[in-house]
Amino acid sequence: MSVNPVAKLGAALLLSLCLILTIDWVSAAVALGLELLLFLALRPAVSGFWRRTAAVWIAAPLTAVTIALYGQPSGTVYAEFLFARVSEGSVTLAIATFLRVLAIGLPAVVLFVTIDPTELADGLAQRVHLPVRFVLGALAGMRLVGLFLDDWKYLALARRARGVADRGRVRRLGGQAFALLVLSIRRGSALATAMEARGFGSSTPRSWARDSPWRAREWAALGTGLAVGLTAIAAAIAAGTWNFIVG
Amino acid sequence: MLLLGESGAGKSTFLRALAGVLAPDEGDAEGSLLIDGAAPAPGRAGLVLQDPDSQVILARVGDDVAFGCENLGVVRDEIWSRVRHSLDEVGLRVSLDRSTANLSGGQKQRLALAGVLAMGPGLLLLDEPTANLDPQGVTEVRDAVGRVLDATGATLVVVEHRVAVWQDLVDRVIVLGPDGLIADGSPTAVLDRQGADLASRGIWVPGHPPTRPVRRPRPVAQIELSARALNVGRTHAVLEGVELDVSSARGLAITGPNGSGKSTLGLTLAGLLPPVAGELAASDDLRRGIPPRPWKWRSRDLLTRIGTVFQEPEHQFLAPTVRAELAIGPRALKLPQAEVDARVSDLLERLRLTHLAAANPFTLSGGEKRRLSVATVLATRPRLLVLDEPTFGQDSRTWSELVTILAELIDDGSGLVMMTHDTELVATLADVTLELT
Repeated sequence: MSVNPVAKLGAALLLSLCLILTIDWVSAAVALGLELLLFLALRPAVSGFWRRTAAVWIAAPLTAVTIALYGQPSGTVYAEFLFARVSEGSVTLAIATFLRVLAIGLPAVVLFVTIDPTELADGLAQRVHLPVRFVLGALAGMRLVGLFLDDWKYLALARRARGVADRGRVRRLGGQAFALLVLSIRRGSALATAMEARGFGSSTPRSWARDSPWRAREWAALGTGLAVGLTAIAAAIAAGTWNFIVG
Repeated sequence: MLLLGESGAGKSTFLRALAGVLAPDEGDAEGSLLIDGAAPAPGRAGLVLQDPDSQVILARVGDDVAFGCENLGVVRDEIWSRVRHSLDEVGLRVSLDRSTANLSGGQKQRLALAGVLAMGPGLLLLDEPTANLDPQGVTEVRDAVGRVLDATGATLVVVEHRVAVWQDLVDRVIVLGPDGLIADGSPTAVLDRQGADLASRGIWVPGHPPTRPVRRPRPVAQIELSARALNVGRTHAVLEGVELDVSSARGLAITGPNGSGKSTLGLTLAGLLPPVAGELAASDDLRRGIPPRPWKWRSRDLLTRIGTVFQEPEHQFLAPTVRAELAIGPRALKLPQAEVDARVSDLLERLRLTHLAAANPFTLSGGEKRRLSVATVLATRPRLLVLDEPTFGQDSRTWSELVTILAELIDDGSGLVMMTHDTELVATLADVTLELT
């Protein structure tokens, strides 16, 4: 069942907004639990789930360990060496952070990897009514990224061939970046000419070859994101762990 | 109609004006230009450009073709029937969901043609649409244009410096010079009358082959670089089991379709990419006291041993002026200033770049960039040269100049490796040809 990418984006955004308001462990645990239930119920088709979410799985414990060691100490101090001080407070905070990184990161990855850029652009232009020039320009520009990567590889090889790759690495990378900029401006303007030649940017009202449907399921997606976030907040308030991050 | 003329005559600018994509702030305009009695506007005339890569707009074939129709405000059902029809006409029989990234150059140009065609123009404008393609791609695009003209009855204006490709499709040839119109007439009339003159202006005219270099007796060939069971690639092998020798005073041509691994093999032979597997070793004469594996050499050690001319000259330019560009290699070798100056002046002279010595390399014309990129490599006098498509898209005059210089190098004892589609180049310079599939 396909959901409009704009709804996926919105759901992830609403959920994250709710979860960054507080840094307690209850809200994060509740959100993560609800997400797990949703994930098991809906079983979204995400190929290579573990590979794609690897960054989240690595980032979560790393942040947690850092906070456990260096977070603001309070309560019983368990261990101490150099600047590190593991205390009751810092460990609680570490657990809360670990859960929160997962609760925000996992659904974001799952929602984003299933987004098709073309469909997202259709949605942003037709549903959110962002400026067409901006949205389609960005979409077409994205295609150039692959070409830039190739350019970069060739620029590096060419520097070796020209005899200047033995030292001055930082300065060389600077020069290489500048050369890439020049090449990318050139490619960009060629693409702009090609788009203009196909009538892009004229005053004729544009039509859309692809529909960007907004149905009940899109509202449901947004509602689910918000509901998970609000439930988490409510649970935290009920448990008395709610701490508003600002102030 | 075929529009001919030397580079800089204004052919491309004229096409862009017809296509209605020249912004008013991009220069001065005089006179009037009307298509069917109205000012040019997108949709009335469809423009296809030279570079296949910078014309693909969207990620999927169907969406890309639909793009122009959307901009014209065509209703949805009509768009998709036009899309299918246009793809049929250019003979691009792939699924609408097919990713545009993996199409070949010839397919990308036909995709661009379909995208223009779907807008229903009465005038088709093609700006060197086949200059960046391999021979198969050239044929694909030319045949597609032929079918489109038959089916739609549209007018065609094509800019190209290879006459043979379009000769049979056009019924009028116009030649532009620096001061305006030089010739206008049927292909046979113009080519019979002006063929020799056009050829001298750098246009490829059938029956007027470019000047070929006069060859001198060559020194005895010696093996400089040997590849045994060589697998090449960036991460995994794209080409396996290469067996070849590169010899001094000889030309080795590596040919084959795009994607056959020519460039990767060339970059590996040039000591720029490490082999994936197998042996690649330099002779004692080539390595001169350093270890035999070229990819392990320092960047500076490559300069006097193996020089590389990249397919895109812009990838290898480093300096703000042509003169400084030529001095980079000799400087890296720590040659005395007098020697650096002498080499630079000599090369400026030999490659007709003296008047451009103070210009920025990025601002040169295509032919000038190519000459400069070759000159930068010659400045350090490497024993071997590896050239990736050195004659790609060049007019016949630049072609002759380049081939003459390369022939001199071979006759003086340098070894040459050329990755190329250019049969004329192979016939002129190659002693050995390795054909990849």
